[in-house]
Amino acid sequence: MSRLPQIALLPGGKRLHLQDGPIDLVVEADGSEDEMRAAYRAAAQRFVGLLDELCEELALLRQAADSRTCRLRGAVARRMHASVAPFAAKEFITPMAAVAGSVAEEILGAMQGAAELDRAYVNNGGDIALHLAPGEQFSVGVMDQPDRQGVMRTMLIHAEDAIAGIATSGRYGRSFSLGIADAVTVLAKTAAQADAAATIIANAVDLPGHPAVLRCPANEMQVESDLGPRLVTCEVGELSATDVARALAAGADCAQGALAAGWIEGAALCLKGKVATVGAARFDTAPSRDRHGRARDSLMQA
Amino acid sequence: MTDATSAATGDKIRCDACPVMCYIKPGAAGACDRYANHDGQLVRVDPHVILEHTVSHGGRVVPFQATGDWDGKIVHAPSTFVTAIGAGTTYPDYKPAPFIVSSEVDGVDMVTVVTEGIFSYCGVKVKIDTDRYLGPETATVRAQGEAIGHVTTSEYGSQMLSLGGVHHLTGGSKKEGRVTCDTLMDLSNCKAVELAIDGGATVVVQAGQAPIVNGATEERMRVGCGSATIGMFAKQWHGKVDEVVVVDDHITGVLSEHQAGKLLDIADTGIKMKGRRSTPGRYFQVAEPGTGWGGTDIADPLSILGPFDRKVARPGLTMLMVSTTGEHAGYYVLDEALRPIETEMPADLEFSVARIQENCEPALCTVLFMAGAGGSLRAGVTDNPVRLTRSVKDALTRVTSGGAPVYVWPGGGITFMVDVTQMPAGAFGYVPTPALVAPIEFTLKLSDYAALGGHMDYVRPLASLKDSAEIRPMPLIPGRRA
Repeated sequence: MSRLPQIALLPGGKRLHLQDGPIDLVVEADGSEDEMRAAYRAAAQRFVGLLDELCEELALLRQAADSRTCRLRGAVARRMHASVAPFAAKEFITPMAAVAGSVAEEILGAMQGAAELDRAYVNNGGDIALHLAPGEQFSVGVMDQPDRQGVMRTMLIHAEDAIAGIATSGRYGRSFSLGIADAVTVLAKTAAQADAAATIIANAVDLPGHPAVLRCPANEMQVESDLGPRLVTCEVGELSATDVARALAAGADCAQGALAAGWIEGAALCLKGKVATVGAARFDTAPSRDRHGRARDSLMQA
Repeated sequence: MTDATSAATGDKIRCDACPVMCYIKPGAAGACDRYANHDGQLVRVDPHVILEHTVSHGGRVVPFQATGDWDGKIVHAPSTFVTAIGAGTTYPDYKPAPFIVSSEVDGVDMVTVVTEGIFSYCGVKVKIDTDRYLGPETATVRAQGEAIGHVTTSEYGSQMLSLGGVHHLTGGSKKEGRVTCDTLMDLSNCKAVELAIDGGATVVVQAGQAPIVNGATEERMRVGCGSATIGMFAKQWHGKVDEVVVVDDHITGVLSEHQAGKLLDIADTGIKMKGRRSTPGRYFQVAEPGTGWGGTDIADPLSILGPFDRKVARPGLTMLMVSTTGEHAGYYVLDEALRPIETEMPADLEFSVARIQENCEPALCTVLFMAGAGGSLRAGVTDNPVRLTRSVKDALTRVTSGGAPVYVWPGGGITFMVDVTQMPAGAFGYVPTPALVAPIEFTLKLSDYAALGGHMDYVRPLASLKDSAEIRPMPLIPGRRA
């Protein structure tokens, strides 16, 4: 029996759910009925076989990226590499750091190519690719910790902001983090760039050698982790207010650098209930504690 | 059924559910968080991941295969019964249950509404078969130092704990909530948990297993207190021995003084008991509570006797001393100085000790998961939640949890209890709220489902699940029914 991805409309009939192996996408397109159908058809078509494409080059994708050359062939794989390459000159990073955002971007691209849409998003487990036609906007909810109900704050993203990617990385995500951030949410020009940068900034929110931080080799937990024997954060105990501020400052420094280089448009860094923001005044929207987080626009939990 | 298989390499397994082909360590999940290595077997483990990924999305159904190890009691073979485990849900539950599955059974369209409930109002009731002192009533029960429940009223031969509940889950500190949630999940998944009771004992509790109290494994429940045991066996001892002492932590019984002995005209023996006499032949507090004879701290039963009364006792008088569980027993004959000397026990008395033992059932821990299906969970099943409640109360709708029968409390709402040992392995999950995720199924006729305002648009035929990659056989754990 051949493996088939799950392709189905979610209850309500408006959102599309695409799942294959570790890829899990929630897609929504706004536009006329016909355009929406065309977009979803294109998304589904592009989705079939995408995971196989990636897996063909998986071994190479799991190796440290080379900042100067790219030996990868697939479109998504090359996008992954391109997004992490700017960081690769200075530190260890593999193209896998941008896999979620790159896949989201690929599917959104297929939809944009097939239909005229007012708005659309492809949410890949919190790494989101956005499309906004001129004059449109999205309201995005940001959560610091998934175990708190409700949305920490919301922000509005307008078409003219030229932000097409939002990504969140941190200890509560699916991948391991070298840092201690609960969550780092990054806005960037593309979802792949946002994804790579969120990983790097979340790694930078750290307190090296702090006794309350428990770390284990990544490959002890996941045998084939692209991080190999590097120590990833397993548990973060009690931290003093000074420690929290110090870790956030280290992350904010890293985010400032990425902002100055033009790799990101803004970042919100969360640790133990404290938040530091870099760039984008949008993050300063008043915190929202609406339990259901139902804003006027469709809301995403990034 | 999915074609996911695994090739074992040492203790790791290679999952081929998708081309990522993860190597998965025992106890770990693959990159997808959907497949995991459970004791060398590849299993689906969807329930935990949903909220963490923060995106509400459709879930999967995880049916039992009717053939093989599932006894098929709920729906007759060769049909497939769909459980809620892994069905997925979101919090809050404002959208229809992830899958509403219909199956044709005996010409009747049956509907199983499959959802995984997120229960922040939930807990477990633990029955520990022991007479050993676990702690005073209302004493706090702790796990990893955190308060997770309390000691409640004892039942006959058993101590009862009430653990969890919304106050410990969400009303205390974050750590208290997390530890409570972890403990409830472990107990519900039939794992061993160590509990410490304020002012009392430390007890290791595991559903379906003997309790371990202060390091000692409890073997048997006593048949009754010492006095009750005298009452039950007096006739069998009559004529075979002059005196019997049944040693018990609560009430120690003495045959010759006891009402049952008097009725049989058993003569006084001149025995002198320590402890506080309650009524004739019944003594409280012959020793401190402990893990020795009959739940007391004594190793030598003669230590609870004073010297025999010289005016009444005579050399050659025979005496049986036995604990209420029959685990300890000794036979004594008074010497010329009226001192009890241990002697080999006659066969018919050994028989009576064996009879006491036989009447003491194996001591077990029982864990009942108890939760209430809130309005929002019910809304996942029907447009008009209260109709589901009424339908359950009218016995039109059968409620099961992971396929196991439940007891639904009378009164408002759908508050149910289920024996966790009757549920499939790994049936419980959690969300970081913290709250437990437990399977709950409502089974009813399709026509009744439509009548109570069911989400008819989402009903899908069972056959549509069969070839999808959404089915796995339930993992097996020895000693479990499924």
